[in-house]
Amino acid sequence: MAESAPTTAETRRLAEEARARVRFEEEALELSDQVYRVARRLVSSREEAEDLVQQTYERAFRSWRQFTPGTNLRAWLLRILTNLNIDRGRRQQRAPQTTSLDSEAGDYFLYNKLEAQVAEENPDEERVLERLSQDSIVDALADVPHDFRDVIVLVDIGEFSYADAAQILDIPIGTVMSRLHRGRRILKKNLADEAVTT
Amino acid sequence: MIDWCEKCEEMMQPYLDGVLSDHEVAEAERHLDECRWCAKRYRFEERLRHYVRIAAAEPMPPELKAKLAALRTPLH
Repeated sequence: MAESAPTTAETRRLAEEARARVRFEEEALELSDQVYRVARRLVSSREEAEDLVQQTYERAFRSWRQFTPGTNLRAWLLRILTNLNIDRGRRQQRAPQTTSLDSEAGDYFLYNKLEAQVAEENPDEERVLERLSQDSIVDALADVPHDFRDVIVLVDIGEFSYADAAQILDIPIGTVMSRLHRGRRILKKNLADEAVTT
Repeated sequence: MIDWCEKCEEMMQPYLDGVLSDHEVAEAERHLDECRWCAKRYRFEERLRHYVRIAAAEPMPPELKAKLAALRTPLH
């Protein structure tokens, strides 16, 4: 009797682990749409995003024991994804790494520029923004240098908190905030450029 | 003398990101109630974020979804 006990315990442990693994995989798969949405804007092509998401899930399923249940699985998956993206060397960079933004008035740039194009009196903000096509917004975002774009994508599109974005990118929260601020300004400048050329 | 418009501008991004303290939110909203220029700028920024989020959303290709599902550990 005493000899069979460890075997039973071991069987039970393996069964429990199998159930935990299935649960983990199901939960991770439920998040795949959200993971893809972020991935798609971190890289420049759809193919690259698909590869990245697939590699992320391969790695996540291999290393599932490293995930602490009860913590943020979406952030954990995105952490894997951004690390893979960095490992891949972020090829096919569309944007230069430095963008000159000497005018501190950049924040008002889009607002003023678009506002000037519409009705003079009391322009409706929503209509101002409707002038931007989906493609022009996507292009303007893609042209933001990646360090800044990463935080915009995580916070504005992935709807991650500053703290989660900091953890995912392995940078301090203060850096998340300053990159967001600067990145959004660059994005608005790009949008203004798109708005006048379309 | 505090320049509230300047302070409001500084608070705009953290306000829209929902990271201000209750006290700061109350402070910002008090000014927004009184200042049409800042209120308009806030609305513009809010709409802009909304538009970026909508424009950037691209559904995952079904083939990829199937590939990911196939990565699951087979049940014995």
